[in-house]
Amino acid sequence: MKMLWFHLMPYTELPDDFKEKHPSVWVDIHSSLFDPKRAHHMYNDFLDELEYAAECGYDAICCNEHHSNGYGLMPSPNLIATALARRTTDTAICVMGNSLALYNPPTRVAEEFAMIDCISGGRLIAGFPVGTPMDTTYAYGANPSQLRERYNEAHDLVMRAWQEKDTFAFNGRFNQQRYVNIWPRPIQEPHPPIWIPGAGSVETWRWAAERDYVFCYLSYYGYKMAQNVMKGFWAEMDRLGKDRNPYRAGFAQVVGVAESRQQAMDLYTEPAEYFYGRCLHVDPRFAAPPGYTTEATQRAGLESQVKMAADASKASPSTQAPSAMKMQMLARDMKGIVDNGYVIVGSPDDVTDQLMELAKTLNIGQLMLLMQFGNMSKDLTKYNTRLFAEKVMPRLKPLFAEWENKWWPKPLRGAERASLPAFAGSAPVAAE
Amino acid sequence: MSEPTTTTVDVNGHACRVWTKGSGPKIGFLAGFGGLPRWIPFLDRLAESRTVVVPSMPGFPGATGHNILDTHLDWLVAVRTLLEEAGLDGADLVGSSVGGSFVAEIAALWPQSVRRIAMIAPFGLFDEKDPAADVWAQRADDVPGLLCADGEIYKELKAMPTGANSVEWLIEQTRAAEAAARIFWPLGNTKLERRLPFIKAPTLLIWGKADRVMPRGYADRIAKAIPGGAKITMIAGAGHLAELDQPDAVAKAVLEHVG
Repeated sequence: MKMLWFHLMPYTELPDDFKEKHPSVWVDIHSSLFDPKRAHHMYNDFLDELEYAAECGYDAICCNEHHSNGYGLMPSPNLIATALARRTTDTAICVMGNSLALYNPPTRVAEEFAMIDCISGGRLIAGFPVGTPMDTTYAYGANPSQLRERYNEAHDLVMRAWQEKDTFAFNGRFNQQRYVNIWPRPIQEPHPPIWIPGAGSVETWRWAAERDYVFCYLSYYGYKMAQNVMKGFWAEMDRLGKDRNPYRAGFAQVVGVAESRQQAMDLYTEPAEYFYGRCLHVDPRFAAPPGYTTEATQRAGLESQVKMAADASKASPSTQAPSAMKMQMLARDMKGIVDNGYVIVGSPDDVTDQLMELAKTLNIGQLMLLMQFGNMSKDLTKYNTRLFAEKVMPRLKPLFAEWENKWWPKPLRGAERASLPAFAGSAPVAAE
Repeated sequence: MSEPTTTTVDVNGHACRVWTKGSGPKIGFLAGFGGLPRWIPFLDRLAESRTVVVPSMPGFPGATGHNILDTHLDWLVAVRTLLEEAGLDGADLVGSSVGGSFVAEIAALWPQSVRRIAMIAPFGLFDEKDPAADVWAQRADDVPGLLCADGEIYKELKAMPTGANSVEWLIEQTRAAEAAARIFWPLGNTKLERRLPFIKAPTLLIWGKADRVMPRGYADRIAKAIPGGAKITMIAGAGHLAELDQPDAVAKAVLEHVG
């Protein structure tokens, strides 16, 4: 099994009364809450943590893209990935990812990902999310009725830009470019591995499977809540005649490990309650722009609701992702957060057992670990990261050894790689 | 309230519903935000003295085909085709909200195709200092009271009739909001102001006094940009979709204007 260390980069100093005083962590979160001088330290701590995870032997370090968001300070994950490329050597760099429809022209994604692949020596995993409604339609003003069509077209353009040998004209519905010819071009042939984050949309599963991409279910609500979605995903793979290679699928899980279960509860309660209470406090008016959810997905959701209502005594199987709003209601305090399985906390044995169960029941080969969450300090993050790497990782690693991971970067061999100079750690610049 | 005759016309290979009722000279109506999932009293008032013809624009209840329209030009040509196919060429034309914006566009770009026009709080403009409300960023419970002075009237318009397909009915209502978004996202500004100077038809602007979506000041901007000016009629007790709140008063103003 692959273990990827994923940072959301949350602003860690939202006030205690944030949820009461402010309607949303996203889209219209007030600028007065952001202190750039504090953010200087946060960004540097977060980069330290990602680099530390690489040192500890995680298979990949991950970042992602959000806009106008108090729990995700990465409007440009590519900047972070580039910084990481220079301070790590062997760890894969997973950018999860670039919301294709937001780039004009989308060729920009082909270029920047190619840059990261070149700088890192072929270590890039290229994520292509559609992007959340809050990021794309509200913060960036993208038309929800055209978002998926634009995403699909941008994908086709990026893939051609990476693979065609000659300059070509792209005559798309939304994008027209007379001369597409990116410099640089990615190291990995024919292109970096492509991972698609998504939720309970049958169309997304199908689209990813047809192209042989990894599907990642990036939920913050734990593996217990994810059972139906992943069951639906694998049933769809069966229908499409795809094998059940666990490396086809990724899943994000919040994890806190300590010497004992009690110690873990003591250490991780505050950051978990901060994450679920403040970071996921999103105004519902930004949740469902019309057109963002396709009619086929709406239909599947409504039909399963009708079915459940008609047969309330029997639990009806649903492929639908649980509604974030509903999940938030269940997670008011640490007890709710843990009882509902949003967060896996405990001793190394507890955590190993639960992640083993997660991997087997969801059939997940690419496990994305959220080990800094909420306002967790750098010290605690490093403790969590180190203890997991020493006590949990070795026991999970052999899982799924019988399967080939066809979706992992193929970096340059050692002798082909540039040697990075030791970082000098220069003295602070004197103020003028 | 008797039912209208329902037919369909073809726009870009998609069927669009056309309701017809009454007798006398034709008057067309293009519906507002959310479209018309059912017939409304306002149309009956018009049908008392006119043949009222109500074509559904692509993606609004009774019609599909919105998601092949990518640019504003695509939309203008589609709505122009719809009006022609519905037999409204040369007729009086009324539009509310989203539909009102197209009445202005059609009158500006194809001046011979309309006789007299009336617009109820049309979309198409945006003023940073006096912003229109964001109809697409609302909690579901807030929408009826935003669109109508009496939210119950909007809820009745959108309530599922007995015997309707409960899944498809809901999807149709979401599709209507999507179609409007496809045209007007994110601000409602289609730069209509640049085309208003080409309007030649005698123009009536109707505004609900309790419109919480479109600021009253937009009526003056529109009237000023039309060379022949426009008469502005304010309707008491009406919100953004004034024809839903006050069908009699709005119909009376329209019929007086078109003569």
